[in-house]
Amino acid sequence: MTLTQFVTKNAFRNKRRTILTVISIMFSLLLLTLMMTVWRAFYIDKGAPESALRLVTRHKVSLTNMMPLAYENKIRSVPGVVAVASMNWYGGKYKDDKPENFFAQFYVEPENIVQVYTDWEIPEDQKQAWFKDRAGCAVGKQLADRLHFKVGDKVHLQGSFLPDVDLTVRAIISGPEVNDAMWFNRKYVDESTQWVSSQSGMYAIRVASESDVPTVTRTIDDMFHNAPEPTKTETEKAFQLGFIAMMGNVKAFILGIAGAVVFAILLVSGNTMAMSIRERIREVAVLKTVGFTRNRVLALFVGEAVAVSLVGGVIGVLLASGFIRGLAQSPMGGMFRTATVNAPTALVALGVAALVGFLSAFLPSYRAAKLNIAEGLRHLG
Amino acid sequence: MAIPLIYNVRNLRVRAGATIMTALGVALTVAIAIFIMMLLSGLDQAFHTTGNPLNVMALRKGSDSELTSFMSNDTFQALKTLPGVASDKDGPLVSGEMVVAVVLPRRNGSGETNVVVRGIGPVGLKMRPVKIAEGRWFQEGQHEIVVSKSVAQRFAHASLGDKVLFGKSPWTVVGIFDAAGTAFDSEIWGDVNQMKNDFDRPGYSSAVLRATDDVAADALTKRLADDQRIKLDGVLETDYYAKQTRSGMFIQWIGTIVAIIMAVGSSFAAMNTMYAAVAYRGREIATLRVMGFNRPSILTSFVFESLLLSVLGGAAAVVLMLPFNGLTTGTSNMMTFSEVVFHMRMTPVIIATAIGFAAFMGLIGGIAPAWHASRQNILNALRD
Repeated sequence: MTLTQFVTKNAFRNKRRTILTVISIMFSLLLLTLMMTVWRAFYIDKGAPESALRLVTRHKVSLTNMMPLAYENKIRSVPGVVAVASMNWYGGKYKDDKPENFFAQFYVEPENIVQVYTDWEIPEDQKQAWFKDRAGCAVGKQLADRLHFKVGDKVHLQGSFLPDVDLTVRAIISGPEVNDAMWFNRKYVDESTQWVSSQSGMYAIRVASESDVPTVTRTIDDMFHNAPEPTKTETEKAFQLGFIAMMGNVKAFILGIAGAVVFAILLVSGNTMAMSIRERIREVAVLKTVGFTRNRVLALFVGEAVAVSLVGGVIGVLLASGFIRGLAQSPMGGMFRTATVNAPTALVALGVAALVGFLSAFLPSYRAAKLNIAEGLRHLG
Repeated sequence: MAIPLIYNVRNLRVRAGATIMTALGVALTVAIAIFIMMLLSGLDQAFHTTGNPLNVMALRKGSDSELTSFMSNDTFQALKTLPGVASDKDGPLVSGEMVVAVVLPRRNGSGETNVVVRGIGPVGLKMRPVKIAEGRWFQEGQHEIVVSKSVAQRFAHASLGDKVLFGKSPWTVVGIFDAAGTAFDSEIWGDVNQMKNDFDRPGYSSAVLRATDDVAADALTKRLADDQRIKLDGVLETDYYAKQTRSGMFIQWIGTIVAIIMAVGSSFAAMNTMYAAVAYRGREIATLRVMGFNRPSILTSFVFESLLLSVLGGAAAVVLMLPFNGLTTGTSNMMTFSEVVFHMRMTPVIIATAIGFAAFMGLIGGIAPAWHASRQNILNALRD
């Protein structure tokens, strides 16, 4: 009998206990993997290379303050800037207040915005149709799939601080990045509402290379530093992170849950291992009588615990990956549309599982291995 | 005949190590659920205690937030003459207000966030249950502001005497107010006319009207929406704030998923411990049967033991989370895009729910092992 066989046989000697342990570890690891994936999506992923070249300029005081439209040309003249587009939050209501019917709507200059979002893929005929129709809109593919928008559909949006708009879907935007928004022509809004026609809520900017980012950011903000409407420029990722930061102390929240989960599996696994080793004290004495060394016995028990928690870990990680995929497609999954469980995350999760197995088995196994043979043989368990 | 409960208590004590570990596992799960409930309850408290049922808010048609609302000075003046509006010695109780969100740096250096700034006049102050805790109220015509206690604590340069920069020029903090845990506790207040100047607003964001009684309040709400001359929407102040409770939706959603997943894991862990307990006591159980205790009493006894174990964990979780009671924290208000500050709250309902949740896990984990215990073959068990 090989060592692996011995460990596997022993791990499944009490099938019910092993299966219950695997299941509890599985759920804990599922949760841990989810938390790590969310953490990565929020704080580590840099986004697509295209995204790293994009900046967002907004009013320094607040997102709800607008800037003069005249800034557009001034920003365009900054060295390193390739394209600029005014981008404005419309904030309308589609059908009702239900969360699944919520999506972002922006009014933009279509010709300019496609210069900034160069990774958008729109069929040429659709693009021209969108440019031409003042009441036309382009819809991100993910949004179109979610709410079943097709080219030619009529969409009524109820404005919150701007008048209602009646739009026709002219283009569907696909591309490597998730696009869950609707984009329509600012002329439509300008015509109906005098006070916004000379204003812009944000400017989306594209720079030539990543090395231009710090200088362009500084130049733009310095340029308007003393103007009545000062600006704040940051990368697209930093801008998005700002929204997450508003949710509260998300980092502490995720770390707290992850910590609780790891501690919980340590308890579960430790409990099981302690039970299983206590039962086998007499066997340990027998193993030692037939010549197994103390370290060998230790390795057998620890190996068994690690194997059991790894099995739970693998299933947990697989479940998490399916879970994230399901989540991304749910109507509430807006923040997780781009998230997937990648190899490093899975490896860290399995590492945690193995470590937990090791830690939980070490102390009871050490005690068992150290036990005097005669005493062990006499033990009643 | 039932097996005495002390039998289970003693058994848990004999196996103290396993008992503590399992109970702690349950405790961690329940602690997370309690944490989420405390957050939501605090948020709920902040919004549901805000507003006076006689105050009617006038907003621009289609606006569901003061932040996106606007009305001209003329419209505002017209509101003062509506029937059903209460008056005092200084005239009708109608307050024109201007609401903006400004970005302020947090005190602990973790970035910056939006804060609601409200321009308000003496009439508006009379209509709100807000007291000055330190310093004094701002003076009309001065570039002065008062901040809530939480804002003073959470944001840099927002203490008494500091200058806060927004709009066109710095504003001096002359007072710190206490809004008794309502949504106003997340705001900064200043003179409405000064604010209108600084932000170049030719009118107001919203108006608050005090109705003479309940019936008048309902009538005013309808009147605001129907009157073609003013083209506004009316909403009771209490309803307006109650609706903002949905800002907690994100927390609730994430929290529920986490709690469910952890609960399933913990139930299996409890099941494991109980199976071990049953296996360990095979001979004991058989002896009990021989003595005349029937199957149902064995079943009940073991389910009870599992319940006891998990309720112990639940109680531990409550104790563990008690220090969080009253802790101040903030989240984003979905309606104003600004931070809303609230205090986490441990309520009797939360404690009861937590214990119930723990008991449920114990029940799920205990039934199968208890069933197993009650079905054991007496002879085989005795021979073991």
